Amino acid sequence: MIESIKSFLGYFFVTGDPMIYGADASIALASIGIVVVLTYFKKWKWLWEEWLTTVDHKRIGIMYIIAALLMLFRGGVDALMMRTQLTLPNLHFLNSEHYNQVFTTHGTIMIIFVAMPFIFGLMNIAVPLQIGARDVAFPFLNALSFWLFFAGAMLFNLSFVIGGSPDAGWSGYAPFAGAELNPGVGQNYYVLGVQISGIGSLATGINFLVTIIKMRAPGMTLFKMPMFTWSILITSVIVVFAFPAFTVALALMTIDRLFGAHFFTIAAGGSPMLWANLFWFWGHPEVYIVLLPVFGIFSEVIATFAHKTLFGYAVMVWSMVAISVLSFITWLHHFFTMGNTAPVNAFFSVSTMLIAIPTGVKIFNWLFTLNKGRIEFTTPMLWALAFIPNFTIGGITGVMLAMAPADYQYHNSYFLVAHFHSTLIAGTVFGIFCGLHYWWPKMFGYLLDERKGKWSFWIFMISFNICFMPMYFLGLMGMTRRMYTYPAGLGWTPINIVITIGAFGMGLGFIIMAWNIIWSAIHGKRDTTGDPWGGRTLEWTTSSPAPEYNFAHIPEISTRDPLAAMKEGKTGDLRKSSKPYEPIHMPNNSGIPVIMSGFMFIAGFGFVFEWYWMGIPGLIGVVACMIARSFVYNDHHYIPVDEIEKTEAATGRLS
Amino acid sequence: MMDSLLSQKNKSTLPLEYSTEEGDLRIVGFWIFLAAELVLFGTLFGTYLVLQSHTAGGPNAHDLFEIGPVMAETIVLLVSSFTCGLSTMELRRHNNKGLIGWLIITILLGLVFVGLEANEFYTYAAHEGATLSTSAFLSGFFILLGTHGCHVSLGIVWIIGILLQLRKRGITPVTARKAFMVGLYWHFLDVVWIFIFTAVYLTGWVI
Repeated sequence: MIESIKSFLGYFFVTGDPMIYGADASIALASIGIVVVLTYFKKWKWLWEEWLTTVDHKRIGIMYIIAALLMLFRGGVDALMMRTQLTLPNLHFLNSEHYNQVFTTHGTIMIIFVAMPFIFGLMNIAVPLQIGARDVAFPFLNALSFWLFFAGAMLFNLSFVIGGSPDAGWSGYAPFAGAELNPGVGQNYYVLGVQISGIGSLATGINFLVTIIKMRAPGMTLFKMPMFTWSILITSVIVVFAFPAFTVALALMTIDRLFGAHFFTIAAGGSPMLWANLFWFWGHPEVYIVLLPVFGIFSEVIATFAHKTLFGYAVMVWSMVAISVLSFITWLHHFFTMGNTAPVNAFFSVSTMLIAIPTGVKIFNWLFTLNKGRIEFTTPMLWALAFIPNFTIGGITGVMLAMAPADYQYHNSYFLVAHFHSTLIAGTVFGIFCGLHYWWPKMFGYLLDERKGKWSFWIFMISFNICFMPMYFLGLMGMTRRMYTYPAGLGWTPINIVITIGAFGMGLGFIIMAWNIIWSAIHGKRDTTGDPWGGRTLEWTTSSPAPEYNFAHIPEISTRDPLAAMKEGKTGDLRKSSKPYEPIHMPNNSGIPVIMSGFMFIAGFGFVFEWYWMGIPGLIGVVACMIARSFVYNDHHYIPVDEIEKTEAATGRLS
Repeated sequence: MMDSLLSQKNKSTLPLEYSTEEGDLRIVGFWIFLAAELVLFGTLFGTYLVLQSHTAGGPNAHDLFEIGPVMAETIVLLVSSFTCGLSTMELRRHNNKGLIGWLIITILLGLVFVGLEANEFYTYAAHEGATLSTSAFLSGFFILLGTHGCHVSLGIVWIIGILLQLRKRGITPVTARKAFMVGLYWHFLDVVWIFIFTAVYLTGWVI
């Protein structure tokens, strides 16, 4: 009996590595700490009523960003562990198996649990405000999306202390990720954790598509929308058409692993290549799901701090549309070397290179916006300015990789690793940091400190180049990705040392940013105007942070950049209206999203361990929550006029 | 917010389910959801067609499919789509009894369809030894049809929920929207079946 309990615990918990025990202890301590603090300060009710059950897009956005920052920390630690291991030849800081797990979780977390939720957070905060709406189209669904993402992220992260992490790379290629070659629970965590959060992402795509199509303020035609809103509209379309393919791919892999089907196996006629195709049919559009929104952010920030109208508005829109269409016909360039015929490779080579054209157009438009602008070097603007050259390097090396014959030379080398980090860090990460600093006052009512912000920017940006520039050369010298160590005498050692220094420098930059957030929460400059940057779009016409209902009167729009037009005296005051206030219709908070996601987590955990006694009741709980929601009719309330008057008077907008 | 859009439109000309901004938003959202479902089924069809010939020594489509049960399933599901359409007509006429009646007939036909399909699967597994893990072809077959069958089953549960609400509340803008949306869903599943009939059974017999 004791023996069997012992063997179960040995299988259930990850054992044998002191770092894992350290992680166990810190997770336990952090959890106890949170419970103690909430209980001591009697904050449970506050947490439940103000945050866990909220359907307010601004709060959901903040929760997305907090979760994404935590995940960024986890993914960053993974990166530093890999770089420590690779600093010198023949190190044994991580063994090969542990190294495989770390690069898998690093990639998956950074894409699925950092980049996407960070962007979803920023769009939750900015889009309804930019279009003059009071919330998204489906506030309840929005909360559900967040909690499903959170449940998926927690399930995935549990793997490193309970059961063991996935180790087949973030792309989870068959046949290695199949049950035969990869038994155990690690890959189950991958397919189920990513699946659960993916359902939430699909719902977010539908939600924002409807919000932007149907809920714009009167007068805001499509071609008067802010560029960030345009980028989210196009991104939402990509989400809706790309994610279902991934849902299917993950489901088929789950069925292969749990129920012995043969979609991706070598045996019984399965096709491992099918996985690669399905994965990248989602995976390449996914690249643009995390890139187009930051193109939108940069467009806003560059126009604001160059104090000029964005150059080539319509071209900016159409180039994003072109990118979104092309993003669906390039997926095969991720596996040129898997033995496709020459015409197939040629087609995908050309389609990939075509994307450089609309992207290049956008780069030039940003440069022309800067041209003869009165440039103000704020922290968000620094991130935006740094994006242009750094991202262009990533883009141009992408064109190099797109040449199929040449790709045989650098496929899966550090050249590739450098390329996609140049695009994803200089693009997505610079973009989300840019957006974070830019919209921070709108989220919390105070600004992040400029001096610390600039320190973190310069350290992070320079370290990024120290880290990834040498990687291109390392790749050309023959070092391949995902190797856990290398022999001495290949000439790789000095470059690897430089790369590791750069990686830790980026960690330092991130720590300064975290310190800036803490410091500014106490000492930060309050934003009493609602418009700390001299903004051009509607979100800066309301107070910081915006009231629950966003706008007491829905603004009426007649131009692009309505706030800039107002300041130039071309239109009347957007902030004031002579019309009397009317009661405002608002959705009620609901506990169902968080409870339903809890059931989803239980179901996911059960299926990970193939404990159907746990998985099936979890799914029944999910369905029960859906049915319960269908019978809720009392789902909205009205904010009375005197409460609106009180709130508006406090902001000084009441004349 | 809710009235801003509609103030420009003539409310009385709109069907009940579109008469509130909430209803209008949700119906648009549901159409987009169906577009996503289209990609989902498209991916499953693509997978099935790729794996169709990968029978790995197991039974192939010729050995397996029988025309009788498949035709029965097809006719039952198509008729259920027709009755579902009649329910929407009754909805437009604000006739709650007729709406409830046709919806009940629809789910009964849906149940017959699910029963026939379960029986078909059982026949294959028990008599031919054809299961999910026999070959890639059968994995593709069972998952494509199983996903469709699960959708139909979920649709039945959904309609039952709406029937309870219709009985209690009658036809209101909210219940009208729900009844209309479940109709869209049901017709969508019918369209998917047409493709299954063509891509799976018809090509199975012909090729």
